[in-house]
Amino acid sequence: MNPGKILLVEDNPDDVALTLRALKSHNITNEVIVAQDGAQALDYLFGAKANALGDELPAVVLLDLKLPKINGMEVLQRIRADEGTRLLPVVILTSSDEERDVIEGYSLGANSYVRKPVDFVEFTQAAKQLGLYWLLMNRAPPVSRRP
Amino acid sequence: MALRDWPIKRKLTAMLVLISGLVLLLTSAAFAGYQYWSLRRATRDALSVRGRIIAANSTASLAFANDADARELLSALRADPHIVAAVLYDKGGHVFARYPASIVGDLVPAAPGPDGYRFERGLLIGFQPVEETGSQRLGTLYLASDLGAVYDTFRLSGVIGLAVMAVALLAAYLLSRVLQGTISQPILALAETARAVSTRQDYSVRASRLGSDELGVLTDAFNQMLGRIEDQNRALTQSQDELQRYAADLERRVEERTHELKERNESLRRNAAELLAANTELDAFAYSVSHDLRAPLRTIDGFSQVLLEDNAAQLDEAGRESLHRVRAASQRMGTLIDDLLKLARVTRAEIRTEDVDLSGMARDIAAELQRATPERQVEFAIAPGLKARGDARLLRVVLDNLLRNSWKYTAKQPAPRVEFGPVEANGGEAFMVRDNGAGFDMKYADKLFGVFQRLHSAAEFEGTGVGLATVRRIINRHGGRIWAEGAVDQGATFYFTL
Repeated sequence: MNPGKILLVEDNPDDVALTLRALKSHNITNEVIVAQDGAQALDYLFGAKANALGDELPAVVLLDLKLPKINGMEVLQRIRADEGTRLLPVVILTSSDEERDVIEGYSLGANSYVRKPVDFVEFTQAAKQLGLYWLLMNRAPPVSRRP
Repeated sequence: MALRDWPIKRKLTAMLVLISGLVLLLTSAAFAGYQYWSLRRATRDALSVRGRIIAANSTASLAFANDADARELLSALRADPHIVAAVLYDKGGHVFARYPASIVGDLVPAAPGPDGYRFERGLLIGFQPVEETGSQRLGTLYLASDLGAVYDTFRLSGVIGLAVMAVALLAAYLLSRVLQGTISQPILALAETARAVSTRQDYSVRASRLGSDELGVLTDAFNQMLGRIEDQNRALTQSQDELQRYAADLERRVEERTHELKERNESLRRNAAELLAANTELDAFAYSVSHDLRAPLRTIDGFSQVLLEDNAAQLDEAGRESLHRVRAASQRMGTLIDDLLKLARVTRAEIRTEDVDLSGMARDIAAELQRATPERQVEFAIAPGLKARGDARLLRVVLDNLLRNSWKYTAKQPAPRVEFGPVEANGGEAFMVRDNGAGFDMKYADKLFGVFQRLHSAAEFEGTGVGLATVRRIINRHGGRIWAEGAVDQGATFYFTL
C-alpha cells in the first residue's frame, strides 16, 4: 500500500472520529493529518505547519466543503493554482450532493466527489473503498512540494 | 354697388320704374312728334287762310296801284306778333308794299318765289297769288311768320307732359314699392329663414308661406327640405351622442383596465420579487439542510453503531434493540431529508422544454426496477410511441415515482401487472399508470398528493410521503393536471396531462 499520508480536511470532530474509525476498521493504517478548517489545510500544504507533512505531499486530500474561515472550494482552488500541488489528488467528501457543488467541485479540478452516507455501515464501506482506491489502486501523479 | 348685388326690393322697384319710365317716354315722344307735326300744319293752314284773305282784300289796291291802301292793309298784321314780314309784289314782281315799313334785307325776297307755303330757315313763309275773281293775276303776297306760336304751344305741352311723366313715375315708384312686396316678401322671408338656418344652425325654423304661386311651392319645398335636414340632423346628433357615450364608456373602461392591469402588474412584480426572494431563501435553506442537517444524523447513526460494535457485551438485548431503533430512525430521517430536498429541487429547477420519449423512459425505469429486485416477477405493459414536450429530467422523476409506486404496491399481489398508456380525458390527451396492487380508498384521494401524506403505514409499505407531492409539483410546473382513481385491493390508476 502507498505509504503516503492522508490529509483529512474536516471541521466536525464526530465526522473526524467516524472517518478515522472507518479507515482503521479496514486496516488502512496510513497516517492521517487532520485540518479543522480551510486555513489549517492551507497551512499544512503551504505554510507554517507544512513540515508536519515533511517534504512529502499527501497521497490524497479528503476535503469537506462547508468549513470555517476558508471553505473547501477555495482550498481546492488554491491547491490547483499552486504549481507544486496542481496535480495533487483531491476527493471531495461532504454531506451534500447539491448539483451545483458537484459541478463547481469538478470544474475546480476535484478528482472525485463522494457524499457521506448517513448510515454508518455504508459510510464505513465508502471509507474503505476510498482508501483502497486512492492508496492502493490509483497511480498517483509524481508530485513533490519542492520541485 | 354692382347691379347684381342690389337688394331684390330695389331691383324690382328699379325695374318697374324703369319700365314705366320707358313707356311714358316713348308715349310722350310719339305724342310730342304728332303734336309738333299737327301744330306746324295748323299754323301753315292759318297763315294760308290769312294770306288768302289779305290777298283778296288787296286786289283793289293792286288794281288801282294804291300803295297807301296796301300799306294800311298790311299794317293790320300788327295784331299778330308772330308775322315778321309781309310784302306785296305787283304783276311785274316788284315790291309794291311792305310790312313793317322799315324791313329790308333777307326778310324781303327780291322777287316772289313759287306759290305755296313752306318752312324755310326757321320761318314759315308763303307766296300767295293775288287774283281777281276768276280772271287774271294781279300780283303776289309774301308772308313770313316766325314759329313762336308753335314753340309756345309745344313748350307748354312739354311742361305739362313732363309734369304728367313725373307724377306718373312717382305713382309707378310708389305702386312698385307696394306691389314688389308680393314677389320680394316671400323671397326675403325665405332668405331670412336660410340666414337663420346658416347662422344659428337652427333647423326648426320654417319660412312662412304667403301664397300658392311658384314662390309658395318654393317655400313649401324649402320647408320640406328643412324638415328632412332637421330629421337627419336629429338622427345625426343622436348617433353622435351615442357615439360619444360609447367613446366615453370605452375610454373609461380602457382606463379601468389599464389601472387594473397596472395594479396587477405591480402585484405580479411584487409577487415575482417575493417569489425570487423566497426561492433564494429556499435555495439557501435547502443548501444548509443538505449540508448541516445530515451531519448530526451521521453522528447519531455512527456512534450508535460504534456502541453496538465496541460495547455489545455491556448491553442487554433491549439496549441493543434501542440502539437499532435509533439507527433506523436516523436513517429514515436521512431519507426524509433527501426526499424533501428533491421536492425543493423540483420547485426551483428551471424547466427546459424538449421532445421526450415517454415510452422509452418508462421501459428504462421498468428495466431498472427489475434489475434492482430480480426476484420479483411484474408484468409491464408499456404502450409504444408515447411522446410529450417537457423537461426530460423532471418527467423522468414523474414516471420513476409512479412506476416505482406501482412496483411497490403490487408486492403482495400474486400476479402483479403495471400498465403505462394513453387515455382520453376531458376531450384531451392524457397518460395513465395503472396497477392491480393495494389501491386506496377514494375517500382519501385528495390526500394522496400532499407532502408527508401516506395512506399506508411504514410497516405495510415503506415510504416518506413526498414522492407523489413531488410528482404533482412537476406536473403543475408543466401546466398539466394529475388525479387518481382506485379502490382498496383493486389497484390504482394515476392520470396526468402535460
